[in-house]
Amino acid sequence: MGDHMGSPLLMNRRNFIQLSGMGIGGIMLPGIPVSGRPVAPEALLETGLDVAVKKRLADAALNAAKAKGATYADIRIGRYLNQYVVTREDKVQNIVNTESYGVGVRVIVNGCWGFAAVVDAKNETQTARAAEEAVAIAKANAKLMTQPVQLAPQKGFGEVSWKAPITKNAFEVPIKEKVDLLLSVNDAAMKNGANYVNSVLFMVNEQKYFASTDGSYIDQDIHRIWPTFGVTCIDPKSGKFETRQALSAPMGMGYEYLQANPSDKVTGVTTRYNKGYDMLEDAIAGAKQAKEKLTAKSVEAGKYDLVLDPSHLWLTIHESVGHPLELDRVLGYEANFAGTSFATLDKWQSKTFNYGSKQVNLFADKTQNGSLGAVGWDDEGVQTKQWDLVKDGTLVNYQAIRDQVHIIGEKESQGCCYADSWSSVQFQRMANVSLAAGKTPLSVEEMIKDVKKGIYIIGDGSFSIDQQRYNFQFGGQLYYEIKDGKIAGMLKDVAYQSNTQEFWNSCAQVCDQRDYRLGGSFFDGKGQPMQVSAVSHGSATARFNGVNVINTARKI
Amino acid sequence: MSTILTEAEAKALLKKVLSYSKADECEANLSGDERGNIRYARNEVSTSGSLINQNLQVQSAFGKKVGIATIDEFDEASLEKVVRRSEELARLAPENPEYVGLLGPQTYLKANGYFESTASITPAKRAEAVGKSLEMCRGISQAKLTAAGFEEDYKGYSAMMNSKGLFAYYPSTNINFSLTVRTEDGKGSGYVIRGYSDFAKFDPAASTRIAIQKCIGSVGAKALEPGKYTVILEPTAVAVLLERVFFDMDARSADEGRSFMSKPGGKTKLGEKIVDERVTIYSDPTHPELPASPWSGDGQPQGKVNWIEKGVVKNLSYSRYWAQKQGKKPLPGPNNVIMNGGTMSLEDMIKSTQRGILVTKLWYIRDVDPQTLLLTGLTRDGTFYIENGKIKHPIKNFRFNESPVIMLNNLDALGKPERVVSTESNQNYLLPPMKIREFTFSSLSDAV
Repeated sequence: MGDHMGSPLLMNRRNFIQLSGMGIGGIMLPGIPVSGRPVAPEALLETGLDVAVKKRLADAALNAAKAKGATYADIRIGRYLNQYVVTREDKVQNIVNTESYGVGVRVIVNGCWGFAAVVDAKNETQTARAAEEAVAIAKANAKLMTQPVQLAPQKGFGEVSWKAPITKNAFEVPIKEKVDLLLSVNDAAMKNGANYVNSVLFMVNEQKYFASTDGSYIDQDIHRIWPTFGVTCIDPKSGKFETRQALSAPMGMGYEYLQANPSDKVTGVTTRYNKGYDMLEDAIAGAKQAKEKLTAKSVEAGKYDLVLDPSHLWLTIHESVGHPLELDRVLGYEANFAGTSFATLDKWQSKTFNYGSKQVNLFADKTQNGSLGAVGWDDEGVQTKQWDLVKDGTLVNYQAIRDQVHIIGEKESQGCCYADSWSSVQFQRMANVSLAAGKTPLSVEEMIKDVKKGIYIIGDGSFSIDQQRYNFQFGGQLYYEIKDGKIAGMLKDVAYQSNTQEFWNSCAQVCDQRDYRLGGSFFDGKGQPMQVSAVSHGSATARFNGVNVINTARKI
Repeated sequence: MSTILTEAEAKALLKKVLSYSKADECEANLSGDERGNIRYARNEVSTSGSLINQNLQVQSAFGKKVGIATIDEFDEASLEKVVRRSEELARLAPENPEYVGLLGPQTYLKANGYFESTASITPAKRAEAVGKSLEMCRGISQAKLTAAGFEEDYKGYSAMMNSKGLFAYYPSTNINFSLTVRTEDGKGSGYVIRGYSDFAKFDPAASTRIAIQKCIGSVGAKALEPGKYTVILEPTAVAVLLERVFFDMDARSADEGRSFMSKPGGKTKLGEKIVDERVTIYSDPTHPELPASPWSGDGQPQGKVNWIEKGVVKNLSYSRYWAQKQGKKPLPGPNNVIMNGGTMSLEDMIKSTQRGILVTKLWYIRDVDPQTLLLTGLTRDGTFYIENGKIKHPIKNFRFNESPVIMLNNLDALGKPERVVSTESNQNYLLPPMKIREFTFSSLSDAV
């Protein structure tokens, strides 16, 4: 279908798996928003520019911007590396290595932003020219502007660095080892009843250098990994098919995520994973469960108490808390694409808006170890931190960056500014937004014991929410009926519908810190032209009372 | 050299690329494009940008071992380097059992998708179009309105050549424009989206008027009970539902038993009537209103193909590998999609409706069940109650759970097709508005 662009908002994982299975013909996985040019795998191990060189390039740009009248300037020198390995059944479909290097300069002149980027800039003349172009654009745009930018002050940090605390750089693992892993995963799935299986290993390294006229020179090294698969089982007699996607999470980790220790596994009705993922074990379970789904009981529509695993709840948090509390949406900057928000400023100002029940504490952060959002400083030189969004059920804050925080009376940015490439301009992006674990000791077993008529949902599935984030519908991967405190068997055709405030107010219990885990996405979309961002959401298993469940089976 | 090469320039460059090849087979794909955009929000221009891109991709094969490399510099040393690199990668690659080799020379239809009017858009022209739209939104006296919109345009070409003598070239242009107008108090919201190959056809004032009218008309929405209703779907709403059908016309997944086109026992619905007999969906790269490339990514010719004819599945797409394996003729997936309609205007369709709902736009469409193509999503930016042939009042937005296959079996009427843009995939289509019986709305939304 020609130039198929990504769908707005969060990318559908089923589509991702389908697209990545499209074969060797295209060099890029169509629809996958990844920039960069394909390179040899060894190129991903080469070190980037030396910090001293980057500082020289940065100073040239900052000085050029100031000389041309900029009151503020920042530069991002970025090298972005990606590698994916794509397989189906016993075949390697694609191995892609990409690298992208360039420089983006942002300035304020006459109270107005300007931005320019240049590919492959490796000398001072090039970075200075980009700065001058950014100044020219700012001057032109200033004529259309009515409200000058109000930038929250930010102290400079001097020459500092941050490195993701990984123990095994995934790019150093030979491709053969990765291919062998995926093919063994596929083989195990097929031997355990799968008719088809696709598996993908996706690795990202962002090497980012930021400098600004505030006096910061920040060098950062960020790693992300996402192993995932999808199995399909078919009942030839009925012609029905069922799928089961991996219960892994994309993580801000190295290859160590694929080396699971017993302590990383959460046992129960099915094994779930914390900071170590056993892909082989999950594929075996996945194949058996996809088969079991074929004959599982179709859910009876009605009200149920839902027990939601972190592998599922992350997506509900993302859509119903993360997005509505982005200040640019609240203000209307995303009205034509990602939407606006029900969580208007008056609700926040009232200090009494019940976002959820007293059990609900939601916080934003860019610091959680192993999360996709974790960095030392954001893309405008603000040191990252953690802050409350919903405290004991009440809305208390938003997510905002340097040119927005004055609107919510904050003196400094919350540090959640991000650009997906050196070539795109940084803007407010979702921090990790997580549900705090319950303070009272409570295990999943204890939680289930008290549920009379409920459904236990594991894994994320179909998702949809309106443009102001009121009405939503979510599915999952695995559904188990809870009857009188016991798991009574597998269900299928389940989706729940609710509205954000009603849903979070129906939150009755949250398990304690022992059950706290991260989920997340590589592909959160926002802006026009669209930029993607990777974000994690943590929670422990939580219970929501009396939620409306629909049956999704149809005949065609 | 400019970014957009002529056919002769592209041919000469590709010939040079292939002259470096030492592989059994070599294929080179060349492209260049220039894009520009301008964005506005809160009644002000917020960002603008432009992007120039050129790329050469070389695929070399030794037997069934295939390697691909790309480069964006076109000097002779770079051209040779990218060929060598693809050969190195091919030698290292595992055998690809699905590699079927290259096609020989092909004949293509003539499609005209390149318009000078679009190719010559400047930042000033972009700003002028958007300025007109902004001025209109700011100047409405009935209500205080806030506009957020986006215009993006594209000019570019793609070309390919292979060591068996195949050569293909296609230049094209496109402009997409979208606008959301909201009342300042957030009680009304209207939307419009338009896509054209020819910028001369774009009328920013007419488009803006639609969004303004939808916005003002949607203020004071009343709640209707969720349930099954007759709906009139405007083409913008039709696009996001029907494209899920277009995306699933692949024979392989149907044969494998994992598509809505699958049937028990490894069979497919090819040749079966699956929807109302008034439904005919086809692709045609030469259609003047929706021109598309007359060749597919692997160099196969694109002709006029009926996918669904009078409700019957006429064709599924076969990759060259799958066709060989199944003993069928290869058929590439479509480069454009057109659905036949009737002669009724949207107004005529409203007039002929006793009781129903007019839907402007659908939002956040996701698959709920791939075997029935059950989809969910919500109405937005102008949902109205129709009674006795007239729009009675705006109504609150609904969530729906509906399959386009079921929907096309509950077809009441088709209107006049028009060019639309999918708000999900950004694809342009030629689709009619349609009236559907018993469309399933499952809950209410407070969103405006």
